[in-house]
Amino acid sequence: MDNKLIVTAAPHITSVDSTQKIMQRVCIALVPTLIASVIIFGINSLILTAVTVAACVIFEYLYCKLVGREVAISDFSAVVTGMLLAFNLPATLPWWMAVVGAFIAIVIVKQLFGGLGYNFANPAIVGRIALAMGFASRMSTYGFPADATSTATPLASSEGIDYVTLLLGNHGGVLGETCALTLLLGGLYLIATKVISPTIPVTYLATVAVLSLVSGRDPIYQLLSGGLMLGAFFMATDYVTSPTTTKGKIVFGLGLGVITCAIRFLGTMNEGVSFAILLMNLLVPYIEILTRQDRLGIAKTKKKEGAAK
Amino acid sequence: MSSKNSKLKILTNGFLNENPVLRLVLGTCPTLATSTMASNGIGMGLAATFVLLCSNVVISALRKVIPDQVRIPCYITVIAGFVSVVQMLVKAFVPALDASLGVYLPLIVVNCIILGRAEMFASKNGIVDSALDGIGMGIGFTITLTIMGTIREILGSGTWMAGLGELIPALGKDFVIQVLPESIDPFTIMTSAPGGFFVFGVMMAAATWLTTRPKKAKAAAPAEAVEGGNV
Repeated sequence: MDNKLIVTAAPHITSVDSTQKIMQRVCIALVPTLIASVIIFGINSLILTAVTVAACVIFEYLYCKLVGREVAISDFSAVVTGMLLAFNLPATLPWWMAVVGAFIAIVIVKQLFGGLGYNFANPAIVGRIALAMGFASRMSTYGFPADATSTATPLASSEGIDYVTLLLGNHGGVLGETCALTLLLGGLYLIATKVISPTIPVTYLATVAVLSLVSGRDPIYQLLSGGLMLGAFFMATDYVTSPTTTKGKIVFGLGLGVITCAIRFLGTMNEGVSFAILLMNLLVPYIEILTRQDRLGIAKTKKKEGAAK
Repeated sequence: MSSKNSKLKILTNGFLNENPVLRLVLGTCPTLATSTMASNGIGMGLAATFVLLCSNVVISALRKVIPDQVRIPCYITVIAGFVSVVQMLVKAFVPALDASLGVYLPLIVVNCIILGRAEMFASKNGIVDSALDGIGMGIGFTITLTIMGTIREILGSGTWMAGLGELIPALGKDFVIQVLPESIDPFTIMTSAPGGFFVFGVMMAAATWLTTRPKKAKAAAPAEAVEGGNV
């Protein structure tokens, strides 16, 4: 009875890529940066990452148990959130603050809104912003290298840092943002394995580069410093909180670039990537509506009729 | 409405079942603004309770005299009178509270709880019932503000009841309970607007859960809660 005629609704083409597989690939892509951060900031960064990931997974498990939702920790999304959140923290941060951030990311931003797929913004970004607002001084104290001396981030320093240092990440900053080289590597791996489409990172980085040129700043310096690489490749490309159509992705990337540059060049803060991503996350539903694709085979005139209604 | 039981119910209605902030969603603006510290919450709550009690009594007494068409201006006039009294008293005796409540003290005039209870309750019920309703609603408002202020103050500043010495001189001006040790950094976002909205939402969810969860033996109390509202 194997050749029974099975009638199902669309979609008929399914992929072998499960959430779990995609999330595992993101984890793999983040590993080089983690290794780089351990080399730059010492073993503290590995401990902080482990604590954050563990806290995220535990909070996810506990909340799902509490409300009787299916426990979804095996899909690795909490692990990815934990890693991304840890990458946004300075290595010297007390570990309990990282746990607070994990609680905000997993319970408040993700689970209270319905779990994976329903979060209105990237959980790791909101966790980072809440910590940056709540523990402002701790979140901007960057120990470098492993000893207690703190140095300015490239965007805050006055004399500037050469490109090689920027690429290797041998300077102050949060755990996972400094080494542009490994971030690029991870981003290219994700693009090569088709986990993310290059549209958002490319438009984002291009917008920042163009705006830097226009305003008379060094575009390469702007691209390599701050959390731009981490944000562009790993945070802005989150499936849930980015547009689905190519047109929408371009709008999304443009918006990210404009907001980031506005905050960096005009605002009082040094870095604006996290706020840019949060703001654009909130606009995604509207971008989706405005860039909706025409259905295949529907004449243009009909669409106009529909729009006139 | 004459039995002792129903009088008690009118009084306790505002505590949880029809808690003005958490269930009727009235007066949210002063709630968010003045619940940064527990002592501010107590001060604001007591001031509003006084106005609520007095205005409820007066409006209830005048309910047959006030023409229906111009009732809102009449209510506002009565409420504004009592708010002026409260404001002068607070300015004279607790100037520190006046400074920390700021514009929200005179704004009790347009506090939706007070106008709402005048419209919903005092204009339809007797003086005694209206007084009980005013006290009950006022206590509900005060409790809510104090709990919210407690959560936000402990998490956001690490202290509790800072400034209470201004309300109760016997405690001394610098009275404060250090809840979190100084070595733990306070989570300052809790005293700003996002933290306020978060605590408000969580408390509203808790109140809804407490009042609407299925009761075991007793039949659920008839809820005449009016949904919606703002300010």
